[in-house]
Amino acid sequence: MSSPPMSNTPMSSRQKTVPILAARGLAKTHGRTQALRGASVELRSGEILAVTGASGSGKSTLLHCLAGIVRPDEGSVVYAGQRLDQLPEQRLSELRRTEFGVVFQFGQLIPELTALDNVALPLLLAGASRKASHERAGEWLERFDVRGQGKLRPGEMSGGQAQRVSLARALVTGPRVVFADEPTGALDSLASEGVMTALVHTARESGTAVLLITHDAQVAAHADREVELRDGVVVHAFSAENAWTLKGAL
Amino acid sequence: MVAMSTRHILLGLLAGGSSHGYDLKRRHDERFPQARPLAYGQVYTTLQRLVRDGLAEVDGTDSDGGPERTLYRSTDEGEKELLAWTGEITPPAPFVTNEIFAKVVCAILASADPARYLSTQRAAHMARMRELTAVKTAPGAGLATVLSADYALNHLDADLRWMTTTAARLTTLTAEVDGA
Repeated sequence: MSSPPMSNTPMSSRQKTVPILAARGLAKTHGRTQALRGASVELRSGEILAVTGASGSGKSTLLHCLAGIVRPDEGSVVYAGQRLDQLPEQRLSELRRTEFGVVFQFGQLIPELTALDNVALPLLLAGASRKASHERAGEWLERFDVRGQGKLRPGEMSGGQAQRVSLARALVTGPRVVFADEPTGALDSLASEGVMTALVHTARESGTAVLLITHDAQVAAHADREVELRDGVVVHAFSAENAWTLKGAL
Repeated sequence: MVAMSTRHILLGLLAGGSSHGYDLKRRHDERFPQARPLAYGQVYTTLQRLVRDGLAEVDGTDSDGGPERTLYRSTDEGEKELLAWTGEITPPAPFVTNEIFAKVVCAILASADPARYLSTQRAAHMARMRELTAVKTAPGAGLATVLSADYALNHLDADLRWMTTTAARLTTLTAEVDGA
């Protein structure tokens, strides 16, 4: 199990240009619905990438393919030099547990467990002792400003607090990539702001890359870069670089 | 209706006690961090007009080791004017003269490419939103900075939503504009 990176060193610009995850020509059909029709996207090491698009544009399916949760019908997903879409299930599952963190709109915390136990769970599953897992889980709750809620169960917390606990759980194993699917979709604007600031701050501090699915421009504005999905294809890439020529107009 | 102007903002800053032009400019720029900084000339001209209209008066001078500066304070009339302004509803704009919308319509009239324009405009809006988000989430950002960045972010976000729905309706809009 890897330790959570504690470095404050910001990513160098060179590191940020290296893709850690690259999808090419992804196609995926659910029943009669073609969710992805040749989507290509790259996530660079340590960057925060927002994927925006209308409901039904294929955002969540793209995240599921990139995170190895579902396999695409066509196309390739390369993570750190290996074809994710061709890995055997067991290896894929191990990779998801150790290298990836996932956060959904509704945190999907285990309702019977306390916040502390929820965050400690991935560490226990990876073979850490109960004491070490709880200590580390406590540190991550602290980072997300919810240590005081450690003994509460998900139903006893506010939406914003529960989502902070979900983020702590996603980051506790020191993943290289965090996938966040509408992580603030169920929160009011102030709570959303707090959760996004905490996520971005922690990801930057630890050099974790984040793939952020959102339909909210104010959430997307926390990212370094944005791509838009329309009808299952990436149609626009909005970044600071390609908006640079417009700088004079700002 | 009481019109919004720099004079009301200066009266607001004078509400805390007498002050000189330089200090008012500095405090204005601190209180309204995302606003256009006030020009010294504008501060002095406005102070003179406030005095002329009986809303402020000279309250002696202050040198503080440097050049002598004229201190100003609000009058009772000035306080009344300020209170009236702070309680006055700002009318929601009855006619929105939106340059983005005007460009879209003119692009259709000129058989140009409104979809491309909307896409690049959206990129510029997003770039500005990223800048403002970075400003307000920077460690140690004061509440005034956060609130003024939020104000701008919410307005830019409203533009973006409008651009998104307009982009989706361009075919219908083109048919209407061309048919008119």
